[in-house]
Amino acid sequence: MALSAQQIPRWFSSIKLRSFINAAQLTKRFPRPGKTLLKGFSAWPQLSSDNYFPQCGYKTYRTSSLWTSSQPTNSSRQEGNFAQSTLLPSGNEQSEKMQKIPSFDAELSLEELDDLPPLSPLQPISEEEAIQIIADPPLPPASFTLRDYVDHSETLQKLVLLGVDLSKIEKHPDAANLLLRLDFEKDIKQILLFLKDLGLEDNQLGPFLTKNYAIFSEDLENLKIRVAYLQSKNFSKADIAQMVRNAPFLLSFSVERLDNRLGFFQKELELSVKKTRDLVVRLPRLLTGSLEPVKENMKVYRLELGFKRNEIQHMITRIPKMLTANRRKLTETFDYVHNVMSIPHHIIVKFPQIFNTKLLKVKERHLFLVYLGRAQYDPAKPNYISLDKLVSIPDAIFCKEIANASLQDFEKFLKTL
Amino acid sequence: MGSPGLARLHGLFAVYKPPGLKWLHLRDTIEMQLLKGLNACKPPTPKQRVRFLLGPMEGSEEKELTLTATSVPTLTNHPLVRGPAFTSLKIGVGHRLDVQASGVLVLAVGHGCRLLTDLYDTHLTKAYTVRGLLGKATDNFQEDGRLVEKTTYDHVTREKLERILSVIQGSHQKALVMYSNLDLQSQEAYEMAVRGLIRPMSKSPMLISGVRCLRFEPPEFLLEVQCVHETQQQLRKLVHEIGLELKTTAVCSRVRRTRDGLFTLDDALLRTQWDLQNIQEAIQAAAPRVVAELEKNLRPHSGTQQLPGPAGPQGSGHPDSALGLGCWRAGRAAGGAVGGLR
Repeated sequence: MALSAQQIPRWFSSIKLRSFINAAQLTKRFPRPGKTLLKGFSAWPQLSSDNYFPQCGYKTYRTSSLWTSSQPTNSSRQEGNFAQSTLLPSGNEQSEKMQKIPSFDAELSLEELDDLPPLSPLQPISEEEAIQIIADPPLPPASFTLRDYVDHSETLQKLVLLGVDLSKIEKHPDAANLLLRLDFEKDIKQILLFLKDLGLEDNQLGPFLTKNYAIFSEDLENLKIRVAYLQSKNFSKADIAQMVRNAPFLLSFSVERLDNRLGFFQKELELSVKKTRDLVVRLPRLLTGSLEPVKENMKVYRLELGFKRNEIQHMITRIPKMLTANRRKLTETFDYVHNVMSIPHHIIVKFPQIFNTKLLKVKERHLFLVYLGRAQYDPAKPNYISLDKLVSIPDAIFCKEIANASLQDFEKFLKTL
Repeated sequence: MGSPGLARLHGLFAVYKPPGLKWLHLRDTIEMQLLKGLNACKPPTPKQRVRFLLGPMEGSEEKELTLTATSVPTLTNHPLVRGPAFTSLKIGVGHRLDVQASGVLVLAVGHGCRLLTDLYDTHLTKAYTVRGLLGKATDNFQEDGRLVEKTTYDHVTREKLERILSVIQGSHQKALVMYSNLDLQSQEAYEMAVRGLIRPMSKSPMLISGVRCLRFEPPEFLLEVQCVHETQQQLRKLVHEIGLELKTTAVCSRVRRTRDGLFTLDDALLRTQWDLQNIQEAIQAAAPRVVAELEKNLRPHSGTQQLPGPAGPQGSGHPDSALGLGCWRAGRAAGGAVGGLR
């Protein structure tokens, strides 16, 4: 197997491809002790303290030693020969390796590798040495998926057991590189404990981390400051937990930014402090999302649809999602409800859920009621049908109670539309 | 449910497209629903991989090492690492419907996509209910277009309308014969014509094999049209032209497809039924009929002379009188059953 000449340039060129989980960054932590190594080993991520792990590492070194001139492995370098067979798996081996790696770089050079005599593959070796050769396929130095590394990385395994969706994270190559480099004990555990203190349950940690994997690169002190800020604004602990759960990026915002956003909502909506707080707790993604759609929607409600300020405030406190709704859908729904169904503003204000439903559903049900002659939306007259009953109940109950018809009739009617 | 579910997901089925929905969005919605159903199967059992680990041999006094095969759990195939099992499906659409039109739309999944071309080659007719409104003319022949003209329509009676419709049907009948490239001098061709089985088996402009008036309540009138090689805009133009023939104007307020080949309104699935289970059942139900129809079409033509017509020489065999019996005749004669509520 021809080494080095072709493999080194290939390995180096894989560094340039940013879209791959880049082993070059890994080697800063686990630098290759020698350029003539199999490229597979260079990609070794953080070693776990499992039994077989360091042995694999050693053994790959040994196999490559069979055809390179010299093979510095960690302790074999100390002992100066290949015949070492004491492979006591333990944690101190790992720490040994960790300590030795920086020194390797300094000591190693190509000349020293040439000093040791080359071993021929046909040279007979003893039985113990034979069974100690492990020819596992080496880890790929660059990959587009975390599947290749998950079995060899304790961090990734623990994250999967927590419920983090690695298939989504691997779509962001920076995130995947970050996770591979992190150490569970040192970095991740602290942040997880912090999140648990905040009030997140165990089964909620997975989805949270899938969305906001960048929280691992945040400083714990900053996170604590932000939580303290929220508490100073009279958000209760349960409120903060709920907000963080529904908007995972909340804690990645600086205090200044959070302050600006809270101030914006208070000024724009002109609600009392308590109501703004409730609004933000119900829909925390108002704080993390863009503010432009909110400004636009406020203008749409006021100018285009013609609602008064207090009406808008009432609707928003009932259905906060209206602030971030799609403008085109809003206008289409309002156009149908106001002009075709002839429902005046003051009744629409009482039932803002109508802006939260699909227009097709409203149309179908309205046309069915018109066909049956039961489309009566004026509260003053008898047989009044309120808008929330029109949209918020499932089909079967709607047919039975509101329309006094069977579900089959409704389906037959739908096929005539 | 994953793999067995996918195994039953090959074939043709029909959905009811509501007005106001683009056919492409409909196809994407169905793909999403099917993927959701397929990915919702129970999580696989955790896999293990075999590793040969070094460990001390039992029963030896020294520290002799030996390789033992052990199964260790592996997370490579865990759903959270691998992602969803199914990420895309091949779904094809048959004869398309534009945004304002509604009605039966044939879709194909998986291997059924092959059958779509074959089904197109059978050149079966489609049945539409077209609603027209007298008194207006717009630029796009629909109600919401820019108004071009307004006219009176008091002089229009049902009789006049039906006379115009029969004129239209007659002229299209001539075109049908011409585009079917049959030599009418032969006996078989004459018999086919008598039974009403002549139809074009290659590219042709829109041809109407039957049209009649279902309802006439001025200004509204309802037509049933059986046609082939049409687009919905051409049907709207037809309504406009009928208005012009009646010395007034008309716009089309609704185009609804009630039958597409052998798929009728009864086979069409409503929006609430667009999930894996219902679609699989619909495919199973439609499969035998589709197979029968396609077989009829593939049977080679027996002996009728053909003329190279305006559409060019025929490709492979002109289908026979035995072909397309079901839908073609049903289309022309059984309009009564297919009328629905409107």
